[in-house]
Amino acid sequence: MPRNVALTGGTCYTCGLIQIDLAESVLQIMKVILDSKEIESIVEALADQIISDVPADLDVATIGVRSRGEILAQRLSSLLASKLGRDVPCGTLDITLYRDDLNAPQGADQPQVRTTEIGFDIDGKIIILVDDVLHTGRSTRAAMDALIDLGRPMVLKLAVLVDRLGRELPIQADYAGYKSDAAADKLVQVNFVESDGKDQVVVE
Amino acid sequence: MKRKSRQSKWDRKHLLGLRDLSAEEITYILDTAVGFEQVSTRSVKKAPPLRGKVVVNLFFEDSTRTRNSFALAANRLSADIIEFTKKSSSVSKGETLLDTARNLEAMGIDIVVVRHGAGGAPRFLSRNIKACVVNAGDGYCEHPTQGLLDLYTIRKIRGSLKGLKIAIVGDVAHSRVARSDMWGMTKLGAEVTFVGPPTLMPGKVDGLPVKVSSCLDDIIDKVDVINMLRIQFERLGGNPFPSIREYSHYFGLTVDRMKRAKPDILVMHPGPINRGLEIESEVADGPNSVILDQVTNGLAVRMAVLFLVNQAAAEKTEH
Repeated sequence: MPRNVALTGGTCYTCGLIQIDLAESVLQIMKVILDSKEIESIVEALADQIISDVPADLDVATIGVRSRGEILAQRLSSLLASKLGRDVPCGTLDITLYRDDLNAPQGADQPQVRTTEIGFDIDGKIIILVDDVLHTGRSTRAAMDALIDLGRPMVLKLAVLVDRLGRELPIQADYAGYKSDAAADKLVQVNFVESDGKDQVVVE
Repeated sequence: MKRKSRQSKWDRKHLLGLRDLSAEEITYILDTAVGFEQVSTRSVKKAPPLRGKVVVNLFFEDSTRTRNSFALAANRLSADIIEFTKKSSSVSKGETLLDTARNLEAMGIDIVVVRHGAGGAPRFLSRNIKACVVNAGDGYCEHPTQGLLDLYTIRKIRGSLKGLKIAIVGDVAHSRVARSDMWGMTKLGAEVTFVGPPTLMPGKVDGLPVKVSSCLDDIIDKVDVINMLRIQFERLGGNPFPSIREYSHYFGLTVDRMKRAKPDILVMHPGPINRGLEIESEVADGPNSVILDQVTNGLAVRMAVLFLVNQAAAEKTEH
């Protein structure tokens, strides 16, 4: 028995492998950098920034990158809609087919192809591309290529909840909620109520 | 917390048959295909995941639908495609299957889509070349992508195959489609009945997970899906039935028979159709027919298969 199993709570009701995993994740310093209140006010601030930036007479829509970006885009869309007093459509983009690491071994992280669901024409619109974390910039590059294959937006802007250091491509966010200086080997994880049961951002 | 120890969900670099696959693997292919369906409906009908890869269509038997469908699927994924047909190749000069494949491989191909008259030819190739092998029909063994597109078509309309009663009617003995359908459908929880004259039933059906019936009228009112196989005149030896007219009288899907079927029965056919023989035109073109949906869905399914085998090959590359 590994000595750190006790950290899981002690009850032995599942297999050893899972216990070790749990123990390791507890052992790592998991720091909450944003709680639900902070996330709420950051999303609100992002919406205000977008509104002050975007000409009032133009069509705006949000498109979230699967899967956490999708949730953030939905929240932004409904905030924008209520602040602007008009419909702000929201879509979901799957970027798997556009990733630049498809020919590298992925193991358990092998990406699954899912659907892109954008029920509106993106041509001529101001599209706010939404992702949870901006880190290397590679997902954003993939998302831009995926979007351009769907049409020709008038303007494409990037909004993210967390803006990390460690860019590998010349890509920057237009609207960044929170700037994190987490080191490259850390995992910055955004959790949402819809997908994870709780709104928070943690660094592992 | 990501567990690196867990296996990826798809790790086969060859697709040889549905018999080999688990229900989970089949479902994973079908789920993946959903994401590919929309590539064909948007303005730019192309995505880049197989950019720089070469797919060869290695067809030793005639085919229109399957060969074109694989070619289009490869094109839509941005792969380059080489068309190989027996008639215009060195096979007519006596080159063996393995030599042909090795020569193509020497040109740097990544995926071989193979159709061959001999059962087991794709498996043989997969053991002897480095490229991914996708079976596009081998002898009377399997036609896995046809099986998958049939599953996809049924699942898309009915949501699930669980508990569905499915009849596969006609020349089962010579049908690789019937075999792939049988493995796939039963693994996903459907109940399959082979229907046809005893002369067109496989030699050993006892060990197979199916029921057998020699009377279409007995089961026509009980099934949710009916898959009408083509009478393959090119494969029929001897006299398996007295006359074409008698065959269509007993086993053809006619307007009259359809009146006794469930109102929402799905009518399928792997094509090409012998109109008026195994199926009447009014039925093939009627409201219950999903024959053209099968063709459309085949494209998405084949894109998914090419994508997945290539991904599995990347997984196995040493870095």
